[in-house]
Amino acid sequence: MNQETSEKELLNTGLARMFKGGVIMDVVNPEQARIAEEAGACAVMALERVPADIRADGGVARMSDPGMIRGIMAAVSIPVMAKCRIGHFVEARILEAVGADFIDESEVLTPADEQFHIDKRDFRTPFVCGCRNLGEALRRIAEGAAMIRTKGEAGTGDVVEAVRHARTVQDGIRMARHMPREELVSFAREIGAPLELVLQVRELGRLPVVNFAAGGIATPADAALMMQLGMDGVFVGSGIFKSGDPARRARAIVQAVTHFDDAQTLARISENLGEAMSGVAARSLGADQQLAGRGW
Amino acid sequence: MRIGILALQGAFAEHSAMLSSLGVRPCLVRTPQGLAGLDGLIMPGGESTSMRRLAGHSGLLEPLREFGMSRPVWGVCAGLILLAARVEGEEPFTGLMDMTVARNAYGRQRDSFVAELQVSGLPGGFFAGVFIRAPRVVEAGPGVEVLAHSGGAPAALRQGRLLATAFHPELTKDDRMHRYFLNLCGSREALPESL
Repeated sequence: MNQETSEKELLNTGLARMFKGGVIMDVVNPEQARIAEEAGACAVMALERVPADIRADGGVARMSDPGMIRGIMAAVSIPVMAKCRIGHFVEARILEAVGADFIDESEVLTPADEQFHIDKRDFRTPFVCGCRNLGEALRRIAEGAAMIRTKGEAGTGDVVEAVRHARTVQDGIRMARHMPREELVSFAREIGAPLELVLQVRELGRLPVVNFAAGGIATPADAALMMQLGMDGVFVGSGIFKSGDPARRARAIVQAVTHFDDAQTLARISENLGEAMSGVAARSLGADQQLAGRGW
Repeated sequence: MRIGILALQGAFAEHSAMLSSLGVRPCLVRTPQGLAGLDGLIMPGGESTSMRRLAGHSGLLEPLREFGMSRPVWGVCAGLILLAARVEGEEPFTGLMDMTVARNAYGRQRDSFVAELQVSGLPGGFFAGVFIRAPRVVEAGPGVEVLAHSGGAPAALRQGRLLATAFHPELTKDDRMHRYFLNLCGSREALPESL
């Protein structure tokens, strides 16, 4: 690896480290972005529609209007992320040109390529990608992702898939840690991940990059649950601005991620938050409505 | 020696690992009670607005300010902002160090950079300064010693027992800045210089 590449990697995985213990919130306009920042979000995700609305509207979901992203960048001092479609490297180039601090190559948007993800090493801007298991996480890291998140099931307000994906990744990490060395090559082939990254996971006992929870988190308790399952932080999409009192809920979720193992504090901050987003059980979704199945 | 790391949000685990490798047991601080009995405190990088809000909710602002008036504190990046007496465009937080800071003054993530720094008081040559959406110190008061510059702006500063860096030593394998801070925490001679 040349020096320029390793510096870029240090800066990009480093920015992800600065998000740890924090909450990244979906916002659709400058006003929501300011509410998120005021509540203590460590970054915002700028997009035209939150996943719950993408789900409700149907049709093709694409990258947001760059003007709208710029508007949000101008409104807040915290980092601004934006989403491009899986495999749509031109949308990613546009987001990079706009100056987004992080790009989410996201299954929440309609995939542009059903075979290949973006070669993320080719960009100066860091990427975050979703995963359901260790193999998927390591494939994205091999492509250059500086940060990983669970896919969960976005726009449902149902945390069950995020829990499943977090536990499945942890399970993979445990296997890599404890299996005899001679089994590792076969294990890497089985999960479809490069051996050198499997070896790195074995040594570190965790993913080599920051790993957030995402997809279905709607309450402070959901956020704390994901932290107790070993996640480094939390994305909240529809859960905040589809709830009865967004500012209050946003504040409570930020506190829940910091004080995730303090049940007394969690009880206090969970009081009187108003209505949570109404939600839809992930289990009730047909295969064609599940976003987590997009990407590989 | 007991060194605390403010663990509200951000890269506290990285400092924790660095201190452990130097044989110091780190204490994660999330409440005012967590400051009791500490010989020094690191305020890590992360988002300064997140940390300010969380510190406010936990009643940590006054305890942090009092702590910093009598004991060593090291602010890194966002932590440097929390130390500053003046922050452009917003209210200062602890206001402990006599300097003026501009947030995100180097630009967005695409403008983040690594620079070789000559840090006075550090043995052994250049230090790789990792600047990530870094704050820029635009003015340092007369009682503040500038230990390193980058691009004409102070990048490492010291005022008595207070230390501030705009870059992230915890993201490198170089533990010299951490050793420097531990010396500050252990040394008696640092005491009279402080305000």
